[in-house]
Amino acid sequence: MMNGSTIIFYLLAALTLVSGLLSVSTRQIFRAAIYLLFSLIGIAGIYFWLDYQFIAAVQIVVYVGGIVVLIIFSIFLTQQAGEKLAKQKIGRKIFSALAAFCGFALTMLQVYQHEFYEPSETAVSPTVFDIGKKMLSVNDKGYALPFEVISMLLLAALVGCIVIALRNKPEPK
Amino acid sequence: MPNAIIIALIPLLPLAGFLLLGLLGKRLPGNSSGVIGTLILLISTGLAIYTAYGYFFDYGKVDGIYQKLIPLQYTWLEFSKGVSIDMGIFLDPISVMMIVVVTFVSLMVHIYSLSYMKGEKRFATYYSFLALFTFSMLGLVLSSNIFQIYIFWEGVGVSSFLLIGFYYDRPSAVAACKKAFIVTRFADLGFLIGILILSFYSGTLDFNTLIATLTSPESNQLKSAAAASFLGVSALTWGVVLVFIGGAGKSAMFPLHIWLPDAMEGPTPVSALIHAATMVVAGVFLVARLFPVFAISAPGALHLVAYVGAISAALAAIIACTQTDIKRVLAYSTMSQIGYMMFALGVSKYGGEGGLGYTASMFHLFTHAMFKALLFLGAGAVIHYVHSNEMKDMGGLRKLLPITHITFLIACLAIAGVPPFAGFFSKEEILLAAYQSNSIIYWIALITSGITAFYMFRLYFSIFWNKEPHPHGETHGEGSWAMMLPLILLAIGAAAVGFIPFGNFVSSDGAALESKFHLNFSITPVALGLIGIFTAMWLYRKQNDRPNKIASSLSGLYKSAYHKFYIDELYLFITKKILFNLIGRPAAWFDKNVVDGLVNFTGNTTQLVAEKIKTVQSGKVQQYAIYFLVGVIGLALLFIYILK
Amino acid sequence: MMQPGLYQLLFISAALFFIGVYGFFTRRNLITMLMSIELILNSVNLNFIAFNKYLWPDKMDGLFFTLFIIAIAAAEAAVAIAIIINLYRSHNSIDVENAEELKY
Repeated sequence: MMNGSTIIFYLLAALTLVSGLLSVSTRQIFRAAIYLLFSLIGIAGIYFWLDYQFIAAVQIVVYVGGIVVLIIFSIFLTQQAGEKLAKQKIGRKIFSALAAFCGFALTMLQVYQHEFYEPSETAVSPTVFDIGKKMLSVNDKGYALPFEVISMLLLAALVGCIVIALRNKPEPK
Repeated sequence: MPNAIIIALIPLLPLAGFLLLGLLGKRLPGNSSGVIGTLILLISTGLAIYTAYGYFFDYGKVDGIYQKLIPLQYTWLEFSKGVSIDMGIFLDPISVMMIVVVTFVSLMVHIYSLSYMKGEKRFATYYSFLALFTFSMLGLVLSSNIFQIYIFWEGVGVSSFLLIGFYYDRPSAVAACKKAFIVTRFADLGFLIGILILSFYSGTLDFNTLIATLTSPESNQLKSAAAASFLGVSALTWGVVLVFIGGAGKSAMFPLHIWLPDAMEGPTPVSALIHAATMVVAGVFLVARLFPVFAISAPGALHLVAYVGAISAALAAIIACTQTDIKRVLAYSTMSQIGYMMFALGVSKYGGEGGLGYTASMFHLFTHAMFKALLFLGAGAVIHYVHSNEMKDMGGLRKLLPITHITFLIACLAIAGVPPFAGFFSKEEILLAAYQSNSIIYWIALITSGITAFYMFRLYFSIFWNKEPHPHGETHGEGSWAMMLPLILLAIGAAAVGFIPFGNFVSSDGAALESKFHLNFSITPVALGLIGIFTAMWLYRKQNDRPNKIASSLSGLYKSAYHKFYIDELYLFITKKILFNLIGRPAAWFDKNVVDGLVNFTGNTTQLVAEKIKTVQSGKVQQYAIYFLVGVIGLALLFIYILK
Repeated sequence: MMQPGLYQLLFISAALFFIGVYGFFTRRNLITMLMSIELILNSVNLNFIAFNKYLWPDKMDGLFFTLFIIAIAAAEAAVAIAIIINLYRSHNSIDVENAEELKY
């Protein structure tokens, strides 16, 4: 019961949740970004604990190293780094907390009432080789098609970002 | 055999004239619109005389009784089996007589107006209105269906409205045409209810069938109509009385007579046509048309007709003695003479000797059309010369207007009942009929005929004798031939028509009625008439003070007669103080505040609610997200716990 | 303490989800709203991985879902930043309360 893996799990869970809470409630934007960073690292830690190393690595590389950096750049670009954020009306905060709490309670109620049956198969930790083979196989249960679709999505996103953020050329006189 | 097309053309030609002149008249040059109108009416008159000749001398009489013929009929609107509004042509002695009268007088007025209305800016409009009126009146007398007569009744009312208000920039003319229309429309309400009652009990709207079912003693309809009663009077009597009320309104009988004097605001030829010879006799015509029902099944209603006619005759005669506007004197004279026609019908019985009143009434209608139109047209000639309606502006005109003078004198003698002019014969028959049935009415009629002679000759002497004429400039003489020709033709009519043996043609049951000439009986009215004439001559032939002395000695009576017995003021009081305040204002308040208020309330509430709801669309994304989540939670609760 | 199993992971995932939802409703800054969205997406990823591990341990479908969601989230974050920069240019602020052009 009280072995190291349990303790590590609960520590990671605490890190994730506390960082998440701080991220949504702090008034300084840079700190919010850093708390988000820690929350994402906590998630990656949980993935490691679950023996899904590849996903954990992807999480760190893409999320932590990409998206959070992107967010920090955008904070600089919009000159928000130093000032404190504006406060929200107290009524909105209470109502949102209440709504979120109700949603959470409802979800947990449903989860605890549901009977999850134990699986009969044994756990297998997928290797990168397995993941790669499955991703690029065109047989059934292969993920080649979603792979291609995602690549097109990334292309569209790339082009879209450039177009949206393009500065308008001045009108030719 | 009656030719339906020719008879149908008689009213339809003026209708075509109305449309043509109404739409295109302004573009026609000069007074050609008047010439076109007159020509159309000339053709109509010719066709009417042809039809009359054919009916009275050729095919109308079968076995000594004039038939009621229907040469043309088609069903226009069918409500149920038997009850339908048909449009048809109905020929019987009175309708044939009326088409002759209407077309002839209308033709005279058309010719007269060529000169009288010359230079008028709305000349073509005037002639189109005259054509509309002639069409409506002809349609009225040729109707075979009681609803058809109602339709044309309203058409005549509209034409009268248009023509009285012809000079629409004069506020007095506008007030007069409104008054005429409203009073007659109010009476027509009674007419409509009467139509509904009669058609309900008889099960039909057609005249022949209606009269047959309501007069034959065995018919179920008659029994049920006589049995059903309201306030102690049978339904049949109510229906007939209400129809008479409609007729009384159109014929200016007491107490619905208030519009007729004011209607003199219209042009004088219009007064001659509508308010003397044709439209105002529509009420008499209606009673005559339904006479079998009145006489056989509702004699109480016939008594009412008689007394209303007698009261109107006497009242109008008294008022006419005091009026100074010559057209108003003639208007009251018309009311008085129509009263004669009404009570002549009222004292009549159906069939045989007792039906003398019916024949006398129709005969008087015929002769009255002649001399009254002549009187109005002559008055028009005088007014045209003197440019004023008042007696004080006239006098001594006999040398300046010779033809007008002679024709006017002939008409006055006719209306006073002096033989051998037409009025003597028709009035004598009326008095005979009254004498034979109801002595009160006979005495009223006799005295009234004396007063009639008096005020007519008061009028004559005041215009053509009395004073020396003012110098009126020698710019225009008496008037063109277009104004004189109708006067001469009508004067010939007024003189000669009395000799027609009217009873041979028109009588209550269609069989010929011998008109006898009682010398002893006729002396009394003629003597009274001559007394009236000489009294007027004594008072008015030369300018003197006697009329004023008499007026001041009878000051109360004179004053109230001059103010028309304050009946107009009474009506104004009733409508303004009572009807408007008790019914009109509350109704208006209710309409404005409750009905409008309800609608406004609905609108305002919707708007308020919408104001509140539109804040949902605040443009703030986070709020939308909150609504989203709350909705999802709500739906989740709904589906998980409530709808298992 | 109980042995950490499916229920605990689902608890973490749900809690993180609703923390992100609260952040999305409450924050006035567009970039912080974006951070809340990232939290939400991560909670979903955790959910998929948890089910994959505890209910179908021999299959890899949850894993692939998570992989693709990470890729999509990255693309979406990039596009969102581009939009925020565009909005900043026109409004000169990234306060979301100022972007209410679609008000009635």
